[in-house]
Order: sequence, then C-alpha cells, then structure tokens
Amino acid sequence: MTRKHRLLLFLIGAIGAGFVYCAGAGNMPPWTQYRGPYGDVIAGLAVFQRHATDTVNAITYDYRGFDTLGEEFMLFSAVTGVMLLLRPEKDEKDASAKEPRNPASFRDRAALSETVQVFTTAVFGLWVLFGIYIGTHGQLTPGGGFQGGVIIAAAPMLLYIAENTDAFRRIVSHPFVELLEGFGAAAYALIGLAALAVGVPFLTNILPLGTTGNVFSSGTIALISACVGIEVTAAFTLVIFEYLREILSREKNQED
Amino acid sequence: MLAHYPYYIAAWIFLCGLYGIVRSRHLVHTVISLTILQTSTYVLLLAIGFRKGGYAPIFADIHPGVVTVDPIVQALMLTDVVVEATVVALLLAMVVKAHEKGGTTSPDDLRYMRG
Repeated sequence: MTRKHRLLLFLIGAIGAGFVYCAGAGNMPPWTQYRGPYGDVIAGLAVFQRHATDTVNAITYDYRGFDTLGEEFMLFSAVTGVMLLLRPEKDEKDASAKEPRNPASFRDRAALSETVQVFTTAVFGLWVLFGIYIGTHGQLTPGGGFQGGVIIAAAPMLLYIAENTDAFRRIVSHPFVELLEGFGAAAYALIGLAALAVGVPFLTNILPLGTTGNVFSSGTIALISACVGIEVTAAFTLVIFEYLREILSREKNQED
Repeated sequence: MLAHYPYYIAAWIFLCGLYGIVRSRHLVHTVISLTILQTSTYVLLLAIGFRKGGYAPIFADIHPGVVTVDPIVQALMLTDVVVEATVVALLLAMVVKAHEKGGTTSPDDLRYMRG
C-alpha cells in the first residue's frame, strides 16, 4: 500500500466517522448543561458516605476502585515492558556489567554552574516533601497517589541536573526501587482482599472513616492513595533510569 | 451547532492525531501523534461533565450540596494521564529497539517484521 492509497483510505474513513460523530454529538446535552444524574449523586454523597472532601479521589480509589486497580496493573506491566525492552543485551552486557560498582564510568561533565548545583540540591528535600504532601492529602484536596508519585519521581532528576550523577544513580538504580514498585501494586490488591477476609465484597472501605477534613480520614481511600503513590514513584523512577542508562551507554560507546 | 462546539473540537483533535499517525515518517512522530489523538478524550470528557456555574467537586471549602461539575469524568481522566505517560514510555522503548534491530525509524520500513 503506497502513502497515497493510505491517505485516501484515511480520508474516506475520517469523513465517514466525522459525519456519524457529528450526527451523534448533536443529540448530546448542550455544553454547560450537564444533565447526567450520577455525577450529582456521587458529589452529594461522597462527603457523607466516605468522609472524603475530594470527590474525584473518592471515586478513583473507592467507588471505582476496581477499575483503578486494573489501571495500576496496566502501569505496572507497561513499566515491566520498558525494563524488558531496554535491558542490556548480551553484547552490551560485557561493557556494562561492572558499571554499578564503578560509578566513575558515568563521568560528570563540566559542571553547568554552581548556582544550579546549589539551588537544585537545596530544593531536593522540599520537592520530595511537596510530593508527599500532595500524595497524602488526596482525600481532602486535589492530589493523591498518582500526582504525588510523579512529583517525587521527578526529584532524582534534580540531582541529575545538578550534575551529581553518582548520587542520582545510587538513588534510581537501587534494587529497593523495584521492590517498592512490586509492593505498591501488591498492597492495593491486598487491601481489596482484606475486605474479603472480613466477609464483605472486594475493595469495600473497611477501615474507620475518621473525621471529615482530617488527613487520617476516609478509610481505605487514603491508604490506597498512598500505595498508588509508592507504586507510581517507583514506576517512574525505573522508567527514567532505564532511559538514562540507554542514553548514557550510547554516549559511552560513541566516546570509545 | 454552537452549543456543542467542544464535542467537535474533540473530534477535530482526534482526527488531527490520526492524520499524524497515517502520514507519519518517523516512529517518534507516530507516538507523539498518538498522544495528541488521546488528548481529544480529555476535551470530550470535560465537555460532557462541565456545567455553567458549577464548582469544582472538592468540598474542602464549599458546602456539601453546592452544585458542582461532574466528578466522574475527572476521575476517569486522572488515571488516564499517568497510564498514558507510561504507555508512551513503553512505545518509545519499542522505537529504540526497532531502530537498534532494523536500523530505521520510518514506519514504512518496518516490513522486515513481516512473518
């Protein structure tokens, strides 16, 4: 099939699909006039039923917690796929086998500037703290495990920017990160199974709900959110590490 | 027609992304086109859930019972964003390997994968 044929096929399909879509969209409720009952029902009930003021997270980690479990495993398997694809292969292995014990093989380039180094190192702690804050307050205000996890996973990048690649490597290549990823995914499923153990359906919110507005409230919502945070932190750290190893090993090969 | 314009914008973004994939000459371009295609779902979901004068569905500082926008579509998007990022990482890893094995990043030259 040539490019011309492909474009022609696409245009026929796009015009057809566009026509059907527009005919359907015309029958949707007009924009700004939301009618569906479910959003209103959950928005009205979540605070009283689950003691969580952030309805979005109450839905994500409780009302449709089973779907989120599936999405978490999707994240898990995608990261496993990245690690499998980018693993050092046989011919690369000989060159990279001793790398973890020899951090000097990842040379620091000429430092950018001392200002950058001092600032990024100083911000590192604040950055992680902010990630933990976002991750643990998901049941109260916008945030939660997914957002907090991504913020924390970006923290080691600060060290990389600060040209402290040795410290960066020690953080991101630690076997503990892989353990954390497995733990985060498993803990979510185990919280769901704990509900079965006490005789209620899977992923039922079995913990005491606490006082609305308190950090330690909303039962399993906060707990699952924290587990997701751990999983996302580890997953993104692993992805960042795999890509940087790929880039760094290429740079090394070119220099050799 | 005007009352439904976010729905048409979503369709337009979707088709732009699809066009990018169809006309792509570089696998990284294909992956980026896919992310553009995927952003159309954000526009569509927000368009469905939005309500004039609706507050954000966070009851930390508003009284329960205040009319809000639909929180369900927002929850759907929340996980979508993170999962999309990792799926893009997976696809880009495949691109790296395709370049390594086949020496090409053009979707048209992936014929060696046949069979």
